[in-house]
Amino acid sequence: MLLEIRGDGDFATQDMTLSIGPQHPSTHGVLRLIVELDGERVVQATPVIGYMHRGFEKLAEHRDYRQIMALVNRHDWLSGFCNEVGVALAVEKMLEMEVPERAQWIRMLIFEWNRILNHLMFIGSFGLELGAITPMFYAFREREEIQYLLESATGGRLHFTFTQVGGLKNDLPKGFLAESERLVGVLRGRLRDYEDLLLGNEIFQARTKGIGTLAPDVACAYGVSGPILQATGVAEDVRVSEPYLKYDEVPVEIPTGATGDSYDRFWCLINRVRVALDIIEQIHDRVPSGPVNVRLPKIVKAPEGAVYVRTENPLGQCGYYLVSDGKKTPWRLKMRTPSFSNMSVLPTLLEGILVPDLIAILGSIFFVVGDIDR
Amino acid sequence: MIQVVSLVGQASAAALPSILDVSGNLWLDVALKVVAIVALFLVAPLAIGYMEHKVMAHQQARFGPMDVGPHGTLQLVADGVKFMQKEGIVPRAADRWVFGMAPAVSLVAVLVVFLVIPFAPGLWAQDLDLGLFYVLAASSVGVLGVLMAGWASANKFSLIGGVRAAAQLIAYELPMVLAAAAVAVQAGTLSLAGIVEAQATSLIPGTSINVWYVFPQFIGFALFYVAALAELSRPPFDMPIADSELVFGFLTEYTGIRFGLFLLAEYAGMVAFSAILTVLYLGGWQILPGLAVPGCDGLFDCRWWGTLLAFGVTAGKIAALTFTMIWVRATYPRLREDQLQRLSWLALIPLSLLNIAVVAAAKVVL
Repeated sequence: MLLEIRGDGDFATQDMTLSIGPQHPSTHGVLRLIVELDGERVVQATPVIGYMHRGFEKLAEHRDYRQIMALVNRHDWLSGFCNEVGVALAVEKMLEMEVPERAQWIRMLIFEWNRILNHLMFIGSFGLELGAITPMFYAFREREEIQYLLESATGGRLHFTFTQVGGLKNDLPKGFLAESERLVGVLRGRLRDYEDLLLGNEIFQARTKGIGTLAPDVACAYGVSGPILQATGVAEDVRVSEPYLKYDEVPVEIPTGATGDSYDRFWCLINRVRVALDIIEQIHDRVPSGPVNVRLPKIVKAPEGAVYVRTENPLGQCGYYLVSDGKKTPWRLKMRTPSFSNMSVLPTLLEGILVPDLIAILGSIFFVVGDIDR
Repeated sequence: MIQVVSLVGQASAAALPSILDVSGNLWLDVALKVVAIVALFLVAPLAIGYMEHKVMAHQQARFGPMDVGPHGTLQLVADGVKFMQKEGIVPRAADRWVFGMAPAVSLVAVLVVFLVIPFAPGLWAQDLDLGLFYVLAASSVGVLGVLMAGWASANKFSLIGGVRAAAQLIAYELPMVLAAAAVAVQAGTLSLAGIVEAQATSLIPGTSINVWYVFPQFIGFALFYVAALAELSRPPFDMPIADSELVFGFLTEYTGIRFGLFLLAEYAGMVAFSAILTVLYLGGWQILPGLAVPGCDGLFDCRWWGTLLAFGVTAGKIAALTFTMIWVRATYPRLREDQLQRLSWLALIPLSLLNIAVVAAAKVVL
């Protein structure tokens, strides 16, 4: 740790090491930042990760393909369903299995609802990090309604475990689509509240515009994805560039920012919710009838080989590299998770800024610590 | 107006007939006043605390404050019990004496402000000739408690919070004093009761146009309000606490009843500053500009129901101002410390100087 004395004479200041986290309200769990401060100015910031490493990838080598579903929806606890779908897609690709149409559309529907569930959390908590408490309560009110909806189908609120290899565990309950339709209308109205309270607020703009500006080439070099990449102006979205499920059959708009600062990142996040609502509305009219899963043998064994599947998870690109040696458990499951890559760009963003800006930037690099410390 | 001012200016404290006056027995009089002020000091923050719970619960769709007791009325009692039963922890490296004294300093600074606030004609503990000056001086002492807490906690987050509070004090004392000075210029007195009474007399001599000072000095009112928020460390100026940045700033190491005392000081401060704003700009106990409270004649002569009514009017105005403080808290994010400084030095202070110049010029012309 380098501690320096800056200036001379009576005005000399000594650097101070401040440990933000692992238990700090802005670190969303157990991220730790070791920050060298000169007054309130950050000289150097080093993220320390690994406090809650749970070894998902190693555990997956000792679980059969059905049990993996319950594992993977926990590393990023805010996008549980999306993680399940990714693994299911990888296994199905390996088995060269055709999943029923209805299952694919329903997966897409819940995938998008899960995306909104995830984004609402960050819409609320970003406000909280800048000292605005109201958006958090609003976001949780909306989250509660969505969770209630998804619970009616899946029985879970965060860890749905609704996907199976070959389809879904159950069909949707009666009235699900009508309720989903109603909720889309409700959320469209309430998105305006967030825009008024945050995007339109002078103090919010003063705190976020021009803060933590990320250049597109730097973002690409670090493998940044999702809303943080889109905020820099790069229109990259797996749903468009490499469609999975039925995303090639619905229009997917990619909101992009201009400057890549904290404001743009937040703007992209809110607009991703709007896009997700558009997609959900399209799905409502197009869910076909039919079965939602294929009958599988008691023990699923993937043939020897390897596949790589990408999905556009709420926080960015998620990749699943699955290697099988023909047994009932994977030989290796390597995940590429968005939070990890997005977090890696943080130290370059944090040099020379003030402590309050550090929090604003940290909040706008939307991350889930479990997704970093798999 | 001249008559009123000279009356307030010359009358000594003991000679003032007051509702609390007990037939010339000085010590009984003092004791009663102290009891009344302390009671007010303890009850008013509770009312404000309850109000904050409920207002924010309604504005933010919160469930908690609606749950405890009928319509959430017992939430505050539960909070009080919680504060008292929690362990009082002092960090090992803390400066114990300063650490323990900090909440008391914060509290007493607000307590003494209540001494001079006129709630109704004659309803004050003490009317000082230099009331306004005294109020501003006393209220700024509270920040000393914050600084003490930040320094003595032996915690880096607390230290940053304390230093931020000191910087904030220096930046916001100035516009506040300048805004108040403009009021004193227009009223021609520093006595708080005198300022209220001055707002009941006509603005332009020879006419019957009555105004509260919020109309001619709207800029001053806004300046004082913003500066009061900053002085209280209320959002959007709560950088010394900044829970998401500094964990809880100067309060990080405070637990249990010590934390509760800081909270009490904050709510009492809200009452105190709202009361000062009411007195300086909103005509004190007057119902409307030019409409005095029925049952009251002049500064001291009130029938009992007149006093009660006047007190109700003042309390209503205080509650309205406090409501807006809570509303602001529910609406705005937090500014950055350097943005706060820029706002003060580049916007508020020049504006307050302009305000004084305009008021003084108008005073000379009229």
